[in-house]
Amino acid sequence: MDPYPERLAMLLEYLDLAGDRDERIQMLIDVASRFKAVPDFIATRPFPETHLTPACESEAYVWCEELPSQALKFHFAVENPQGISAKCLAVILDETLSGEPASSLAQVPGELVYRIFGKDLSMGKSMGLMGMVSMVQACARRYLASGQADRLLGEGRAAGSTSREP
Amino acid sequence: MSAIEERGYASTDALVSTEWVSQHLNDPNLRFAESNEDPLLYASGHIPGAVEVDWTRDLNHPLRRDYLDRSGFEALMRRIGATRETTVVLYGDKSNWWACYAFWVFQLFGHTNAKIMDGGRLKWQSEGRALVTEAANYPSSDYSAPERDDSGVRVFRDQVLEHVQAGRPLVDVRSPAEYTGERLHMEAYPNEGALRGGHIPGAANIPWARAANEDGTFKSADELRAIYTGENNLQSGDDIVAYCRIGERSSHTWFVLTYLLGFEQVRNYDGSWTEWGNLVNVPIERP
Repeated sequence: MDPYPERLAMLLEYLDLAGDRDERIQMLIDVASRFKAVPDFIATRPFPETHLTPACESEAYVWCEELPSQALKFHFAVENPQGISAKCLAVILDETLSGEPASSLAQVPGELVYRIFGKDLSMGKSMGLMGMVSMVQACARRYLASGQADRLLGEGRAAGSTSREP
Repeated sequence: MSAIEERGYASTDALVSTEWVSQHLNDPNLRFAESNEDPLLYASGHIPGAVEVDWTRDLNHPLRRDYLDRSGFEALMRRIGATRETTVVLYGDKSNWWACYAFWVFQLFGHTNAKIMDGGRLKWQSEGRALVTEAANYPSSDYSAPERDDSGVRVFRDQVLEHVQAGRPLVDVRSPAEYTGERLHMEAYPNEGALRGGHIPGAANIPWARAANEDGTFKSADELRAIYTGENNLQSGDDIVAYCRIGERSSHTWFVLTYLLGFEQVRNYDGSWTEWGNLVNVPIERP
């Protein structure tokens, strides 16, 4: 069974159309250019450590917002100005996973990072990017575990927001 | 940070500032080369005229765990249009750790015409200097390299074992968690795993990043001496082996000890913990 939700699978197929490494890298840079930092109604600086991706040297923060449709939307901040791969992954996670059923989000494999960026990533880079995927998975699992009764709790969220701790 | 010449380094031959680079962008005797951990960075913007030297595709042997051979290095240098006389100025992300790695590999082929741009890509970018996206292309050069010579700056596992048995100094530049064995490697990471945690007996733990300032520049000689000699009693005449997990972070420390502090015999054990932590029957220390 394909481990990827439909929109993510389509994006991966699109990336696979690249003729060579350079073309794929350009496609990923184009994706990263669509990055939009977390809106103020979700979080403002200084961002709480609880939303910081462990071991991510791009200093990527992850939030999930509970939509009225009871789906989740993901928001990201990438504080390292050179964190272009983190921005690219943030766009992909938001554009292809926001709104998906939490049950399918929890199943997205960490190897997604290699499908996107290739297998030659360094360990440090892999750790950070896979950490972002793990944050999304964790958020989905918490959502599933807590159900709608739990209206979190988000220690780091902005007042009035519906963000959840990842 | 003060000017490079004012920091008291043993030599400033191998280190240049971003300002120096900006004044030499059109020097035909120089080739600027960016070497990053993040595979998207070079294509997203680089110093005008800079080529990319990728740590996996360009520096490693395509099959064995080893560096490229003579013909591979010649192909690399011909691709970037460099001759034996060209000075290659390397810079990159992560406080130049990959740039130092490339610099170190260049030494295996005797290409000593090489420099590091202090502060790397981040400093250049934060100073608002020009970045371009067009990949630089140069006419292929006629580069002829000698056979790779590992004897000066590289060390292998059997030599490391002898080094340990002789009680000579080692520097483990990994994080304290890796040094103590608390952390082995990333779960599910396919390339750099180790079966055992800890460190090579007798190694001092001096994480590589201690040599760098927040902006990625190198600390002054006094600050570096305080770390390596003051805290850890390493002396310039010592026979020192540096290692990390695959030899990249330790290239940064090798550069610091060799060029900035003038230590005479520092070698990089690129087998590092991914080799030592998987070897049968070698000594391991855990606190």
